[in-house]
Amino acid sequence: MAAVLKVDDIHVYYGSIHAVKGVSFEVNEGEIVTLIGANGAGKSTVLNTVSGLLHPRTGSVTFLGQDLKGIPAYKVVEKGLAQVPEGRRVFLQMTVEENLEMGAYTQAKSTIAPSLEDVYQRFPRLLERKNQIAGTLSGGEQQMLAMGRALMSKPKLLMLDEPSMGLAPILVEQIFSIIKELHAAGTTILLVEQNAQAALSVADRAYVLETGKISLSGTGAELLASDQVRKAYLGG
Amino acid sequence: MVFFSYLFSGISLGSIYAIIALGYTMVYGIAKMLNFAHGDVIMVGGYICYCSMTYLGLPAIVSILLSMVVCTVLGVVIEGLAYKPLRQAGSLAVLITAIGVSYFLQNAAQLIWGVTPKIFTPVVSFPMPEGLAAMGLSSVAVVTMVTCVVIMIVLTTFVNHTKLGKAMRACSEDKGAAQLMGINVNRTISLTFAIGSALAAIAGVLLCSYTPTLIPTTGSMPGIKAFTAAVFGGIGSIPGAFIGGLLLGIIEALAKAYVSTNLANAIVFAVLIVVLLVRPTGLLGKYVPEKV
Repeated sequence: MAAVLKVDDIHVYYGSIHAVKGVSFEVNEGEIVTLIGANGAGKSTVLNTVSGLLHPRTGSVTFLGQDLKGIPAYKVVEKGLAQVPEGRRVFLQMTVEENLEMGAYTQAKSTIAPSLEDVYQRFPRLLERKNQIAGTLSGGEQQMLAMGRALMSKPKLLMLDEPSMGLAPILVEQIFSIIKELHAAGTTILLVEQNAQAALSVADRAYVLETGKISLSGTGAELLASDQVRKAYLGG
Repeated sequence: MVFFSYLFSGISLGSIYAIIALGYTMVYGIAKMLNFAHGDVIMVGGYICYCSMTYLGLPAIVSILLSMVVCTVLGVVIEGLAYKPLRQAGSLAVLITAIGVSYFLQNAAQLIWGVTPKIFTPVVSFPMPEGLAAMGLSSVAVVTMVTCVVIMIVLTTFVNHTKLGKAMRACSEDKGAAQLMGINVNRTISLTFAIGSALAAIAGVLLCSYTPTLIPTTGSMPGIKAFTAAVFGGIGSIPGAFIGGLLLGIIEALAKAYVSTNLANAIVFAVLIVVLLVRPTGLLGKYVPEKV
């Protein structure tokens, strides 16, 4: 299996705050890999570093064999990396369809219509609301929109940052079943979650992030069974 | 009859404010900054057009285009040199820089063109039908109004229906998310400054055709009024700037005619205060509730 993403010993700072202290992991083609950890462990920082919104002081991020050093976020997208940011961050004043079009910003115009069709097929709810302003959607619908928007760029790696955040349990289930479907369709996924139970049960492999360092790693099933993880993240 | 002449004068003055306000509001919408140097770009536009017509003897339309090109370049250079390095800085630092750029442009103009007023020849002048002329409608006023409406329609179409325009709206809402879509935010901001400054050049030429004395501070009062118009209409909103500009011009003209020339500006700003007390986001400003 080829590594789609390889993160090697990255250190990331916010000013003088050392937020990520030497994190290394990789994501192979077709896998779902999850990073779990408590609030403030540095999970989103890691994702934002991979997508180029932040830059590591040392260490490297390699995507499809190419070092991403110094490449700005907007160019990383062209290379096939899409991120669904924490808190969804859909464009609230734009319509659902305009949001999706923005997702395909780097794509040739001719590919937009078929991509839209794919996304609407996966998220029929978005088709029903395609002319609605995104700000009027419910939280779950906004999450679907954020995911659909990311899929519009036909990513080779889809990164999801806390897709379950703030959603009712039934919606969390729905989002996770969509993640499983995407995985079954061959999408490579890097999932960051606080909801360790849900994340570990879909993941092929997982890493536990603790105050900027990886403290544990293994298959999803292994970590679900691990006492350490159970105590710290699954409520005993 | 006389009322109409005041009204037309207000609408054409308001059209100029609206064109300036469109530049203010677009830059605010995307860069989230108040570009107080915008009014001075108008003045530069006026001078360039004046020099091109007077010294180079070029026809009006060529002079206007030249003035637009110079102002576009000027706007992009100002953004790149003065504002871009402050992208991560607080909004106060950017605001003060904008005021600094404003003084810089005024003083540079004084150095180049001196303080003696230049007398600007209106860029358009064609005979109006008897009846309209009697109502005080001049050819400059007609051209100003038409230009304003055309600009407004073109801008609205651009922002709502083109890929670049939509990217601008995306940047205006969330720059981080826009980058994750593959949008080059810095280039989008430069483009906004380019459009705003080209509009400033047009506004400058129209303003000078309307009030023909050109001095280095010509742009400051209209700049402030247009800023008021943009806030009045709801800053960040394109139709808001248009309506705000028109209303402001009309209020100003009617206040001058029926109340007092000296109090006109005070009345204009008083109306702004009342509107903001009732509708803090301006007439068409959007209140977007945050959803978590």
